[in-house]
Amino acid sequence: MSAPNPSGWQPTMGDADYADEGFVTASGDRGLLLEEALSFEIGSAEKCGVDLIEPEHEPADALAPFLRKHAPDLPGLTEPEAVRHYSRLSRLNYGIDLGPFPLGSCTMKHNPRLNEKVARLPGFADVHPLQPTATVRGALEAMQELAHWLIELTGMAGVALSPKAGAHGELCGLLCIKAAHDDAGEMRDVILVPESAHGTNPATAAFAGYKVESIPATADGRVDLAALKEKLGPHVAGVMITNPNTCGLFERDMKAISDAVHAVGGYVYCDGANFNAIVGKVRPGDLGVDAMHINLHKTFSTPHGGGGPGSGPVVLSEALCPYGPLPFTERTDDGLVHLVEEDNADEFGHTKAFGRMTAFHGQMGMFTRALTYMLSHGADGLKQVAEDAVLNANYVLRQCEDLLEAPFGKAGPCMHEALFSDTNLPEGYSTLDIAKGLIDEGFHPMTVYFPLVVKGAMLVEPTETESRIGLDRFIASLRHVATRALNGDESLHAAPVLAPRRRLDETLAARKPVLVWKGEDSG
Amino acid sequence: MSRHFTKDHEWIDVSEDVGTVGITDYAQSQLGDITFVELPEVGSTVGKSDSVSVVDSVKAASDVYTPVSGEVVAVNDALADEPEKVNTDAEGEGWLFRVSLSDPGELDSLMDEAAYTTYIAGL
Repeated sequence: MSAPNPSGWQPTMGDADYADEGFVTASGDRGLLLEEALSFEIGSAEKCGVDLIEPEHEPADALAPFLRKHAPDLPGLTEPEAVRHYSRLSRLNYGIDLGPFPLGSCTMKHNPRLNEKVARLPGFADVHPLQPTATVRGALEAMQELAHWLIELTGMAGVALSPKAGAHGELCGLLCIKAAHDDAGEMRDVILVPESAHGTNPATAAFAGYKVESIPATADGRVDLAALKEKLGPHVAGVMITNPNTCGLFERDMKAISDAVHAVGGYVYCDGANFNAIVGKVRPGDLGVDAMHINLHKTFSTPHGGGGPGSGPVVLSEALCPYGPLPFTERTDDGLVHLVEEDNADEFGHTKAFGRMTAFHGQMGMFTRALTYMLSHGADGLKQVAEDAVLNANYVLRQCEDLLEAPFGKAGPCMHEALFSDTNLPEGYSTLDIAKGLIDEGFHPMTVYFPLVVKGAMLVEPTETESRIGLDRFIASLRHVATRALNGDESLHAAPVLAPRRRLDETLAARKPVLVWKGEDSG
Repeated sequence: MSRHFTKDHEWIDVSEDVGTVGITDYAQSQLGDITFVELPEVGSTVGKSDSVSVVDSVKAASDVYTPVSGEVVAVNDALADEPEKVNTDAEGEGWLFRVSLSDPGELDSLMDEAAYTTYIAGL
């Protein structure tokens, strides 16, 4: 560990429970740690924060049936009240700009500021999807360049940029598979999905009209190849595999799986949510994958969670490319990049598209951010992203496996995620206590109770973002909380005690959610 | 009346070729607090081991598979307002749905209580 201050002095926040100091504040605030009421409680429906001009005319008769009978119940806040409200709320939040966000399966990595600068260039930020394409050549060029590198990195034949997030990309991939079978005049109604799959996989398959059959896992957390082969047949449209899988393990039999599925005329969909672990190292195309979505908001560092829209381009194999959705970009011999849409698809020989996934071309702001990330890292940098992501996860795994059960730890290194379980904790202590204890330590908890195939799962994905020092801080906290549980520290059941709110009643919140503010009158 | 169990932790009580299905007490204890139960449609035809119902808990959403084939003849509507009944009385008031059996012979492939107790002890 480095010591930031050689004198050893460190600022402290004071005791947690300030009521012990003999007084409580009238405001509920604790120094500069601010309490915050609902906007409805700060403002009132009678007040209005803006000064609207009185209408000069009575509304037209035709509109009369639509006139409101009562004023809407909106909180009337002044501008400074509104600004302060959201600023104060933001201080109660935890985000990737505040500290590590080790949510397994989510790849919460740093969003480089260079991405933001490029995305805000007027040529990208101030264009409209309905502008004539001749006036947005630069934006199309950037899309074509992004498409080129996504194809290059995955070893595939083409890419549909338009899907707006991971599950949307899954649907796009399955619709391509469906279109291909339809084109061949084949009726296939089953998609095989491993037990450890992301929940969205079976949901997507069902949404696309397929029956879902699950494939069991082997004892070492991978797809059971023999069980998969048993389920294969002329009724199987395809298989959805996540690689690396949700246990943080590489599917060693991926090529054998693909070959077996292809042998019966099925297609292989790969959930690319975990591409971060293999980018620059493994090309899914070489493993026999026919379609894979790439979460730009994971692997390619565009904002994620509440921070920004997702973007889930789908790379396609030679076999599925003809069915890919419109629109997409293509360069002609004269060097110009065109947007291929319904009215010019014939010219580009793309006559079998299954349709569209979106009204327009996709998330331009995410395309520019992802392309910036790729180009600023370069081929060697992207390879190092995968290496560091895997190294960091293995560091966490090996630093904590003496305190927390690591179900697949003994079998060898993990990929980008360290998986623990609560099976070695004493009676009455569970994954939930560890997660809540981490909040008191100032960290966002890891993903808990997922994947379902591991009891009390704790899935830690540090990503390549975290430095050695940052990882050591997290590990020290995780070890401290685990030790509290192992020692039977009763106070851990109350965690978090230092957060703005104590342990919430998640059951009540799920059973009787209160989603709408109701005023005294409207209540 | 006889009670049978599946490896997926469903139980079924059969009386006059109508089976009442729920999840076992062991299953509810593993899932934690149940927050929502999605039930099959009355009148729908189901095949043995089909996923016909979903039980949501604070930890996970879990499929419930029907132990037998047949037609769904009733569902436990009380669970809409009180899903917690699955926690408090999984093998009684927390039942999920009733199936009129199309092939009572399917019961032979299920476990009896003693076999199920041995099965979960080994998990």
